[in-house]
Amino acid sequence: MKKIYVMGVDVGSATSKCAIMQDGSELLAGTVIDMGVGSSGVEKAIAKTLEDTGLTMDDMSFIVATGYGRNNYEKADRSVSELSCHAKGAHFIFGGCKTIIDIGGQDAKGMKLDENGELKNFVMNEKCAAGTGRFLDVMAKILSVDISQLGEMDQEATGIIPISSTCTVFAESEVISSLAKNNNPKDIVKGIHKSVASRVAGLINRVGVEPKVVMTGGVSKNIGVVKALEKELGVDIETSPKSQLAGAIGACIFAYNYYLKEEGGNGNV
Amino acid sequence: MSDVQKPEVKEKKAKHLLNDIVVKHYQDAWDAKKKGEPVGWCASNFPQEIFETLDIKVVYPENQAAAIAAKGGGGRLCEHAESQGYSNDICAYARISLAFMDVKHCEEMDMPQPDFVLCCNNICNCMIKWYENIAKELNIPMILIDVPYNDEYEAEEDRVAYLKSQFDFAIKQLEEISGKKWDQKKFEKVMEISQRTGRAWLEATGFAKYTPSPYNGFDLFNHMAVAVCARGKEESAIAFEKLIEEYKENVAEGKSTFRDEEKFRILFEGIACWPHLRNTYTKLKEAGVNVCGTVYADAFGYIYGNTDELMKAYCGTPNAISYERALDMRLKVIKENNIDGALIHINRSCKMWSGFMYEMERDIREKTGIPTVTFDGDQADPRNFSQAQYDTRVEGLIEVMAANKEKKAKAAEGK
Repeated sequence: MKKIYVMGVDVGSATSKCAIMQDGSELLAGTVIDMGVGSSGVEKAIAKTLEDTGLTMDDMSFIVATGYGRNNYEKADRSVSELSCHAKGAHFIFGGCKTIIDIGGQDAKGMKLDENGELKNFVMNEKCAAGTGRFLDVMAKILSVDISQLGEMDQEATGIIPISSTCTVFAESEVISSLAKNNNPKDIVKGIHKSVASRVAGLINRVGVEPKVVMTGGVSKNIGVVKALEKELGVDIETSPKSQLAGAIGACIFAYNYYLKEEGGNGNV
Repeated sequence: MSDVQKPEVKEKKAKHLLNDIVVKHYQDAWDAKKKGEPVGWCASNFPQEIFETLDIKVVYPENQAAAIAAKGGGGRLCEHAESQGYSNDICAYARISLAFMDVKHCEEMDMPQPDFVLCCNNICNCMIKWYENIAKELNIPMILIDVPYNDEYEAEEDRVAYLKSQFDFAIKQLEEISGKKWDQKKFEKVMEISQRTGRAWLEATGFAKYTPSPYNGFDLFNHMAVAVCARGKEESAIAFEKLIEEYKENVAEGKSTFRDEEKFRILFEGIACWPHLRNTYTKLKEAGVNVCGTVYADAFGYIYGNTDELMKAYCGTPNAISYERALDMRLKVIKENNIDGALIHINRSCKMWSGFMYEMERDIREKTGIPTVTFDGDQADPRNFSQAQYDTRVEGLIEVMAANKEKKAKAAEGK
């Protein structure tokens, strides 16, 4: 029987992700490139994923694009919002999850799923960048560390320096003042994470927290934010090494279902 | 003679009649100004029965600010007001109006400068300070009808009495300003016409209960200008009655002013995002999403049978009523108009309207089960809106509504 390959491309504001699935159920490969919309990140993510699978673009029966730059990727057959894609992707990765917290480069989202993993409702951050990956990006720059180090620094903190401002610009000056007072950067990082967590928890509580709670998006790799969010929400939060690929995986599942629909089958989109 | 063909007489469409009324309304104000008669600036929900009875001309800063914003001038005037010292945090209608007071001319929409201001805070509390500033800057009288926020469900007798006494004082002030005398019989006639207009307007907006709706929900944002500025004029009642006839015809013939297939029916909550009206509308239209419910448009339909009820009606505008009553208004629209989802404008300008929206959103979700989504925007300041964020939220809403419909269809097939 012919194998059906589909591709999901998630063009985010800070990173580009690509995943390829076989027959809508088997993840063959996934790639994350730290270059977002408007860069060559998408092409690089696609090239790497194709290389890992040994497939070519001609093998792809359907391509769905998602993420902030979804409408800029011209080779996609369809585009689907990152909300629905993250819901589908998280359901695939974690199974049985009811609440998804997704913190990406410029968005923070709370999603509520029904028992079948369908997106039931969602909330998103306001226009402001507080509580998003961009906020952490700015803070990492002031602290002169790589964003990937923040999680580890948080775990090594011995105290916490509270960051009271949720505004990225004001928090930036608060962190600078705190550094000037010779506070431990690790304690400052813990304070930054608490600030993000309290902001995001306010958002997630609006949609309602129902276990199992999982986290997707790039910030899910930051153990400090995950722990701070668990404390704020009073629930366990599951993450996965595939968390950042949730949008691209969801896009693959949509792609497969669209393919089936086009072929006259019962694609459940 | 029988073979002589008569020229075809085409009846004007209601939308043209309504447009003519607004144009004439503003022209009348210009004419009055030229004749040396006092012209006022008036809040949208000020009891128009008072100045209509006295035949005093007024114009509406809120209408003007919306028109200026829709035509692209909002940012320029907001920045002008900010350079005068007004905070970026205050309502953009207020900033545009305060800037216009200073520059005196605006190519997007001009109107005469005021000789007095008529303020009513039943829809907006910021308005008191906005109008006070105009009155002080221009050294002109300000007449205020104060409608306190009502934490009870209905307006009781004490509120009616409070409003009545203010009516009497406002009439006295306007008699002094205009030199005209109050005519009780004319007042009763004006009330009669206003009720006819109010009933017709609400009946017209009520046609959204039909699926598909006979009209495009965004039409209301245009038509409501007449409900705001000319409720007490007979031609307004006639135009809205004409609108009803057209909607009846559309229902009978399965037609609609929403040109595309109506796939989804939403409640649009809040004031339109005027500076980005085309973008916000197009995104919905392309996906077959029609606005089949608002509480904003209906806010200008006042129904009453006597003066006591008139007072109560003015206590019943959306921002003056209790949360419980405000919620019931939404739930009624969602149920009666067969609404699939709600799109909520978190309007930076209107803290009063947007402040309780998060709780309202939660209640709507829990009590109706429909998906809801909020987006950040502004009624007149173009800087407070992000197209990409709006698009993602609306697409998400559409995807959830589509999934819900599919589930319903599958469940129906299974029966």
